[in-house]
Amino acid sequence: MLVLAFFAIVENLICPYDPLAVEFLPLDPPSLKNPFGTDNLGRDVFSRFVAGARISFVVGLTSVFFASLIGIVAGLMAAYFKRLQAIFMRVMDAIWAFPMLLLAMALAVSLQAGMVTVIVAISLVYTPLFARLVYGQALSLLEREFILAAQAFGCQPARLLFTHVLPNLAAPVIVQATLTVGTAIVLESSLSFLGVGIQPPTPSWGVMIQTGYKWLEQAPWISVLPGLGIYVTVVSFSVLGDWLRLVLDPKQLTRKV
Amino acid sequence: MILKAFLIRRLLQTLITLFVVTLISFTLCMVLPGDPSLAVVGHEGASEEMIQTVRKELGLDQPIVVQYFKWLSSLVSGDFGISIRTRVHVLTLFGQRLPLTLELLGLGILFALLVAIPMGILSALRPNTWVDTLGTVLSVSGVAMPQFFLGMLLILIFAIWLGWLPSSGYFSLTESLTGNLKGMILPAISLGSVVSAEIMRQLRSSMLEVLNEEFVQTARAKGVAEFMVIIKHALRNALIPVVTLLGMRIGRLIGGIVIIEVVFSLPGIGRLLMNAVLFNDFPVLQTGVLLVAFAVTFLNLLTDISYSFLDPRIRHT
Repeated sequence: MLVLAFFAIVENLICPYDPLAVEFLPLDPPSLKNPFGTDNLGRDVFSRFVAGARISFVVGLTSVFFASLIGIVAGLMAAYFKRLQAIFMRVMDAIWAFPMLLLAMALAVSLQAGMVTVIVAISLVYTPLFARLVYGQALSLLEREFILAAQAFGCQPARLLFTHVLPNLAAPVIVQATLTVGTAIVLESSLSFLGVGIQPPTPSWGVMIQTGYKWLEQAPWISVLPGLGIYVTVVSFSVLGDWLRLVLDPKQLTRKV
Repeated sequence: MILKAFLIRRLLQTLITLFVVTLISFTLCMVLPGDPSLAVVGHEGASEEMIQTVRKELGLDQPIVVQYFKWLSSLVSGDFGISIRTRVHVLTLFGQRLPLTLELLGLGILFALLVAIPMGILSALRPNTWVDTLGTVLSVSGVAMPQFFLGMLLILIFAIWLGWLPSSGYFSLTESLTGNLKGMILPAISLGSVVSAEIMRQLRSSMLEVLNEEFVQTARAKGVAEFMVIIKHALRNALIPVVTLLGMRIGRLIGGIVIIEVVFSLPGIGRLLMNAVLFNDFPVLQTGVLLVAFAVTFLNLLTDISYSFLDPRIRHT
């Protein structure tokens, strides 16, 4: 993952060619000149792969950032203000009832297809995941003695939630966020593959797989390599998440399903 | 009495959730870009008058709140509307495609269980051996591999390189049983992979837990054959969380169907929904999204209820 993250950061420096430029023979197999071969239009697959790494990381990280941000605020509010609880849980249940891909597809089409839309759609789809997690944890924290003590001292709700409750549930949220980045990258690539996410010619991994799918027989490298890119990235995030769980909270060794 | 109160409370909650579900599906389709009436009359050569007539016909000229309640009342009476693109009743369209999608779903779950249950049991019986490592690799890969990419790899290996199975196309069960099954193997594997991985992981940890319980030790001490201890005593208890997990994951499986049907060109509900998205056919999309969400909500309810029967402690919380 470090290599892929490095690709994503220094994209412009290591891309040997312009990822959008048509400058080679089409469907050329991997060679010294083009280590990942060329695609159907004669673009360098390695350059597109590196540019795709950046897009996947940007989409994965920003959408999870926004999902966790909205989720934290919503979850904390619902746990503190008892009147909101019933509405909150029903709305979260309702969003959760829609298959993620279908909901993201409908959202992505409702707004104009493109990178920002994909980020908005993925953020909204994953918000209930964080909201429920925060809500559950906050409910039990709010019963704890140190919170009751803070309340007894006249601590304001906002201060109570953000300085006393939030730091105590940071660990599970960070772990969940790390694990979710991987699935968000898969969701982005699925949307792009279906043609409702990032639009060609932008080299997202999902777009590359979709392009290569038509040439699977003649030139499998066009789609197989970006697919492996996704796979390696997601495995890395899941390993990182599991490691963080052990480091941040050694007590909670078993994962809540 | 406690059970009854629990059931009533859970049913009420489900009803409210369903109401919110209808609100969300309605709003989603309202914000879809493009005017559905244009899709009906065609973009070129449509006079303003024609467009207005169609808008009226579709009820699009009324306030949104009125549209929502009209839509809701027609839903209750079983009228899901007519597809804008094909002018066929939405329910008819879904009915035609349902058998394929249900078959795919069933085979996907079957594949998931066939791989996950033996692997989960073996990993738990032989922790930290090569079997366990293999199980871990399989379960991590299953979750990390995008379903459409797995489908594509399977097509590349089994259809293009080896030529054993078809890469696309569909025969109904009545046309050709072997043709149907041959065409469904690869899609079912791609669909079931993620859930299989999750079940494997869950079963491994719950088996490990159960194997240390006293009743398992007692059964062993009584001289029950090891195979019977594992299957009859341990597995039965370890399967409870697996059932819950499967119930919760049905929604994800249905989401996966869209992409699998596109990859393997199968004419099921997933493809129907995909086309509805692309062609702005909002009655089809609305109904599809709604039916799926209803199904998922009911399955969640059933899972909860079945769980409360299996584990009475849940009812009291």
